[in-house]
Amino acid sequence: MSTTVLEGKNIVRDYHIGGGLFTGPRTVHAVKGVSFTVDKGKTLAIVGESGCGKSTLARIITLIDPATAGELFIDGNKVDIAKHGLSKDMRRKVQIVFQNPYGSLNPRQKIGDVLGEPLLINTDKPAAERRDLAMKMLKKVGLGHEHYNRYPHMFSGGQRQRIAIARALMLNPSLLVLDEPVSALDLSVQAQVLNLLADLQDEFQLTYVFISHDLSVVRYIADDVMVMYFGEAVEYGSRDEVFSDPKHSYTRTLFAATPRADVASIKARLAKKKAA
Amino acid sequence: MSLLEIKNLTVSFDTAAGPFMAVQGIDLAIEPREVLAIVGESGSGKSVAMLAVMGLLPNTATVKADRMAFDGVDLLELSPSERRKIVGKDISMIFQEPIASLNPCFTVGFQIEEVLRFHMGMDRAQRRARAIELMKLVGIADPEERLSSFPHQMSGGQCQRVMIAIAIACNPKLLIADEPTTALDVTIQKQILDLLVSLQAKYGMGLIMITHNMGVVAETADRVIVQYKGRKMEEADVLSLFESPKSNYTRALLSALPENAVGDRLPTVSDMMFEPAPSAAGAAL
Repeated sequence: MSTTVLEGKNIVRDYHIGGGLFTGPRTVHAVKGVSFTVDKGKTLAIVGESGCGKSTLARIITLIDPATAGELFIDGNKVDIAKHGLSKDMRRKVQIVFQNPYGSLNPRQKIGDVLGEPLLINTDKPAAERRDLAMKMLKKVGLGHEHYNRYPHMFSGGQRQRIAIARALMLNPSLLVLDEPVSALDLSVQAQVLNLLADLQDEFQLTYVFISHDLSVVRYIADDVMVMYFGEAVEYGSRDEVFSDPKHSYTRTLFAATPRADVASIKARLAKKKAA
Repeated sequence: MSLLEIKNLTVSFDTAAGPFMAVQGIDLAIEPREVLAIVGESGSGKSVAMLAVMGLLPNTATVKADRMAFDGVDLLELSPSERRKIVGKDISMIFQEPIASLNPCFTVGFQIEEVLRFHMGMDRAQRRARAIELMKLVGIADPEERLSSFPHQMSGGQCQRVMIAIAIACNPKLLIADEPTTALDVTIQKQILDLLVSLQAKYGMGLIMITHNMGVVAETADRVIVQYKGRKMEEADVLSLFESPKSNYTRALLSALPENAVGDRLPTVSDMMFEPAPSAAGAAL
């Protein structure tokens, strides 16, 4: 019954850095052969610290950058934007939400135009229809019609992230890549956005690739988890497998570093402090 | 005697739409050798209250307090030049964005030595020796070499370590850390928190941690103040705050932690409390 929406086989991405006057050219291996599959309606979480290649992988999945080697399948079709370019159909299937909602919205563009633009570029829908669809999408993400003519600076961080999610959903994508969508948000706003994402996933049968370094968020939202470290997937499995029995030492370090907010660990810390 | 004692602090900003009250009557006291956490969301006035103590607010801000005393000295009575002798020496602060807080045009060694020259009046050789000692203390490898590095040549975690070195250079009595780990990865966050707590214990400083991360509170604090929209919602020691939160807002914050999720929805703060009118925020709760 389950259909695979996204499959990556041995994806590699190298960046070549041209040499300067005194240094020779170098190659950075950002992603070193990563494989994964995501089924329809599921969430794959990619975890790792800065510089581990998780955002590079996100750009490859979103068809922004081509992979250096390896195969990427979306809805069962092989995609290679380096050779064949990117068709409008492909662009409609994959969309991305970026980390910083302050940086990813054009400050001089009204929200209505932000939401209408993907339709303007990728479809030939008339203006009235674009407007209707944008209004409907505002409602879906918990905003109102009155927000249509406002500018991004008139919104809070959480509202902006809702707008970024709305923009990504305008083309009815089957796959949504979320690059740290809640790490710039406050705790209670984070909870609202996570709830919104869960609701939208149920409603549209969306498939998510969720990139994060916050393990407590990942544990809440993910079905499968991939832990990346220096460009390699050091651990890949279902959420329960990874969280209950982390195999790789890096995953264990990551778990140990996450601050715990439960009473038992506070008691342990205070006892230790008293003893010292 | 409390190290820092604040009574009924209000801070308002002049805006085009009239005065905006960022902090509305906060009381706060921190004892020597204590770790106090101030928790709240953006807009709760947690940073503004501490910037008022430091005297770092812009001219548009009006600071009023019944009492604002540091180590027995009334900060409100001091002239700006007297205040500058305390700020940066006895009270120091580290900020959220380490890379943005350091000056990109000068080496980190220069920036550490600057504080020593201004506050301690050390000569060149003493300054260099102390800078190396400080770099070692905050855990930077080959300090002699790294003194001549520029901020862009260091990682975010290392820059935050340099910031901490600058902050503790004059053995302050009170260190204020404003979201010191928000911009950092979890593994680096752990290292920085461990460093701050160990330095606090070693030198007997008072430490105020400003944060919105409940995990950071649980890992570091002795006592916690919860703020919302410029008002204090709750003050308790860390264990009783997590065990039996008294105010609705604290309870809402704790249940919004993803690890406390029940079923497949996260309770949000607005689920648990109505949105009060801004002026009546504190009273409504």
